[in-house]
Amino acid sequence: MSRVVVLEGGRSLERQVSLRSGARVRDALEALGHDVIGVDVGPDLVSRLTDTRPDVAFVALHGRDGEDGTVQEILELVGVPYTASGPSACMRCMDKVLAKHTLRDAGLPTPEFYAFSQTAFDSLGAAQALPAIEERLAFPVVVKPAAQGSALGIRFAPTAEEVPAAIVAAFSYDTKVLLERHVAGRELAVSVIDGRDGAEAMPVVEAIPLGGDRYDFEARYEIGRTAFACPADLEPATTRAAQELALATYRVLGCYGFARVDLMLETATGELTVLEANAIPGLTETSLLPLAAEAAGLTFGAFVERVLDLALARGVPA
Amino acid sequence: MGRPRSSARDLERYAGLFARRTQGMKSSAMRDLMAITARPEVISLAGGLPDTSTFPAEDVAALMARVAADASARALQYGPTEGMDELKECIVEVMAEEGMDVGPDELLVTTGGQQVIDLVCKTLVDPGDVVVAEGPTYPGAVPTFGAYEADVVQIEMDADGMRVDILDATLDRLEREGRRPKFIYTVPTFQNPAGVTMSLDRRRRLVALAKRRELLVLEDNPYGLLRYEGDPLPPLYALDRGEYVIYLGTFSKILAPGLRLGWTAAPRPVLEKLNLGKQGADLCSSTFGQHFVCAYFAQRNWRDLLARLRGLYRERRDVLLDSLEEHFPAAAEWTRPRGGLFVWATLPEYIDTTDLLARALRDHVAFVPGRAAYLDGRGAASMRLNFSGVGEDDLREGVRRIGKVIAEQVQLYSTLTGTPPEPARRPQAAAEADGARIVPLRRRAG
Repeated sequence: MSRVVVLEGGRSLERQVSLRSGARVRDALEALGHDVIGVDVGPDLVSRLTDTRPDVAFVALHGRDGEDGTVQEILELVGVPYTASGPSACMRCMDKVLAKHTLRDAGLPTPEFYAFSQTAFDSLGAAQALPAIEERLAFPVVVKPAAQGSALGIRFAPTAEEVPAAIVAAFSYDTKVLLERHVAGRELAVSVIDGRDGAEAMPVVEAIPLGGDRYDFEARYEIGRTAFACPADLEPATTRAAQELALATYRVLGCYGFARVDLMLETATGELTVLEANAIPGLTETSLLPLAAEAAGLTFGAFVERVLDLALARGVPA
Repeated sequence: MGRPRSSARDLERYAGLFARRTQGMKSSAMRDLMAITARPEVISLAGGLPDTSTFPAEDVAALMARVAADASARALQYGPTEGMDELKECIVEVMAEEGMDVGPDELLVTTGGQQVIDLVCKTLVDPGDVVVAEGPTYPGAVPTFGAYEADVVQIEMDADGMRVDILDATLDRLEREGRRPKFIYTVPTFQNPAGVTMSLDRRRRLVALAKRRELLVLEDNPYGLLRYEGDPLPPLYALDRGEYVIYLGTFSKILAPGLRLGWTAAPRPVLEKLNLGKQGADLCSSTFGQHFVCAYFAQRNWRDLLARLRGLYRERRDVLLDSLEEHFPAAAEWTRPRGGLFVWATLPEYIDTTDLLARALRDHVAFVPGRAAYLDGRGAASMRLNFSGVGEDDLREGVRRIGKVIAEQVQLYSTLTGTPPEPARRPQAAAEADGARIVPLRRRAG
């Protein structure tokens, strides 16, 4: 039995999802007989950690602070072992631009893209490069903030006229944005969970939009507007390729414990490409990772226990 | 490697259990954003909150003691669905203050004004039925309309409220399509969110139109007594004498929203159905709360609190308007309400206020994105700003912070498109000269 602090909530835009992930993790830990303390992460984080002296922290935070390495650095500083990826892998996953560069450098497929910081536009005249970019990517292009975990701030720009407003919107969420080639195809998510024999890819989940606007990102993970199939109805070779690509992504980005890799299966070419990796994907009743794990025979309790063991085994980096 | 199971498994374990109408209930990214606005470090102009600190705690304690001493057992008991007779007398008094003549037997006490909107939908709306509302409309009514699967048609407004001419044309069109709206929902006085007030002429035309077409109008009037300047206008209910107008009133803004007490006055056949609907919803509204309000009205000083609130909100409104003038860019426009709790501001069309809210929250300031006031995705460039629930210093600072993030986006857009930002603010001479003028809601033609 361990004394476990579950970090949840926080000030990120994904606070609500995090609170639900945290509640579910706490329930599972209590059922396993652990001594559980929930902490809504705020300015008192360090004092809460030093006061409660936990054996280990379960990080159930999503988005800014919790998923970008900030909280992980603090945990290492305070000397508390914690679940899932370390600071550098968190930074690579949270920053889509860094993740895509890392993947591209490693020879892993990711849709063609161009990224800009606000400085590039403010001080370096990057706006003049937009027409050339638009020509290379072809329309529609997808405009995304580099560091935003949910659908917020992601826009399709069907024409050049709509690119500036999409960029303004994306900069609402981060100081860096990317313009990405739009891949028309099937949306797949592959969860990866570490085990005694190394990382394992879970069965592939497919998100199937139910009518409506296929460019409506908000609908993507909303009950009633998107259906999820697990395992996805794919050729066995495609399933294997998706799982291998997810594992390769997991390793290249340096993830630990668990993560979820989002992929596209392009209709025109049959090619698989990596959109992004989530260092701490949702762990709610309707989230994809726990459901994929269950489809593989790994209950949520067993998943939580395994992730906790991995955290304790890693300990605190010196 | 986990072994995939042979059959595809639907991961939405609960989805099959939900009623079809829940698909009209959106759990949106906007709601996640709004959840953060409640954090203590955030200056929130997003709420619709009255300033409840105006009501002294010792007065609350005295009233509670009074209820306990005089009517403890009754105050803890169930009450009649239609509300306590004594409370209805208080409501008659409040409505008379705005020139309305109503009998106690024409009233139904409800759990806040919000319940009236719910009960009216429950009573009148079948899935797919048309409900007509203003555009923008009260954001709190949007999920109610959605839950009852109403097809909401929103009518444009200007400085004089709902465009009744457009309403008339729209009703003609609907009639040709064989669709008769179930009711017209309006907040004619100090509209939420737009802050505008329907002119007397339009009120008369709306009431005449309702009579001619035999259509019900739901008049939502939470703010009528919160007038800071100008002469009061008669409510639609007073003009119509309760023939086609269902009236919605509330104690939330003249006393306290925590009591959750409102009421409706409606044509008798409608009232009877609303009563049945309420029985199914909650049997009766809080009896304790009703006793509390009766004890409060027995002191005969409810107009004093109202006068204090008017003074306080008038000053806050002025601070908000001055701050907007100082900190918002030239291309922004906003309404100048003569009462109520809200100002509606509209930015250049390339700014999406839902995204802007995410940026503003990093600077710890919040507002309601305009899209929350529409059912069809319009309103993306507008925002609702509340001035009643925030102190003057926070109002100034909040508007300064919002102005800063807007300026950032205006500058960025200008850089991206290679067009200069709009020139400095034009003097608003025309608007200042005529206190009644309100900047039009539409920023540009087309």
